Amino acid sequence: MLTIHTKLVEAMLAQAHRDHPIETCGVIAGPEGSNLPLRLIPMRNAAQSETFFKFDAQEQLRVWREMEARGEEPIVIYHSHTRTQAYPSRTDIQYATEPRSHYVIIPTDYSYGEEIRSFRICDGMVTEERVRMLNSYESNLELAMVA
Amino acid sequence: MSITVHIPTILRPLTDNQKRVEIAGLNVIDVIEAMEQQYPGVKEKLVAGGKAHRFMNIYVNDDDIRFNDGLSTRLNDGDSLTILPAVAGG
Repeated sequence: MLTIHTKLVEAMLAQAHRDHPIETCGVIAGPEGSNLPLRLIPMRNAAQSETFFKFDAQEQLRVWREMEARGEEPIVIYHSHTRTQAYPSRTDIQYATEPRSHYVIIPTDYSYGEEIRSFRICDGMVTEERVRMLNSYESNLELAMVA
Repeated sequence: MSITVHIPTILRPLTDNQKRVEIAGLNVIDVIEAMEQQYPGVKEKLVAGGKAHRFMNIYVNDDDIRFNDGLSTRLNDGDSLTILPAVAGG
């Protein structure tokens, strides 16, 4: 199950709709081993495509180093599907290499629903999981969300 | 010629769970070959068709080797080589 603050979900949705019809992408970092997404980092889609996304390699290095220095890991890796359902594509599965991350997909074509969906992807196996949205975290964690 | 290689989570099962290993080599492919000797299975994750695998990013210090000489990118003593799985999809 993915437990996530509603503000983070709203931020992902806003970014996805702003970038539509280009696929949006990003990561939400959280303390290593916590399973709690806190710090949302929108990433540039280097592919600038309606059917593909790719983190810019230089930006990714910078962000990953920063996470390591802060004792964080990518809790959520998100992207949008701009004209298909919010379910991992074959390419999504091929590229999924973080068994501990929640892979979140945001549909921006309303004919496929408006809700984000979350998946675990491990060794080519996709498992959908429940998304539990919270209106608040503990106050010290809420401060970390904007850090 | 000692190079510090930063290993991503996904490859750590192959490197006895080490996050960093010290490897000697004059260029990127040298280092990968030397790692393969010590940690069999690493090379096929990093190289495909004689080039860096499209699912992996390899950096020398701060630079993606795709924008340098790829696997032939030269290394100097004390350089770091960072491996990160590319994040992409459709």
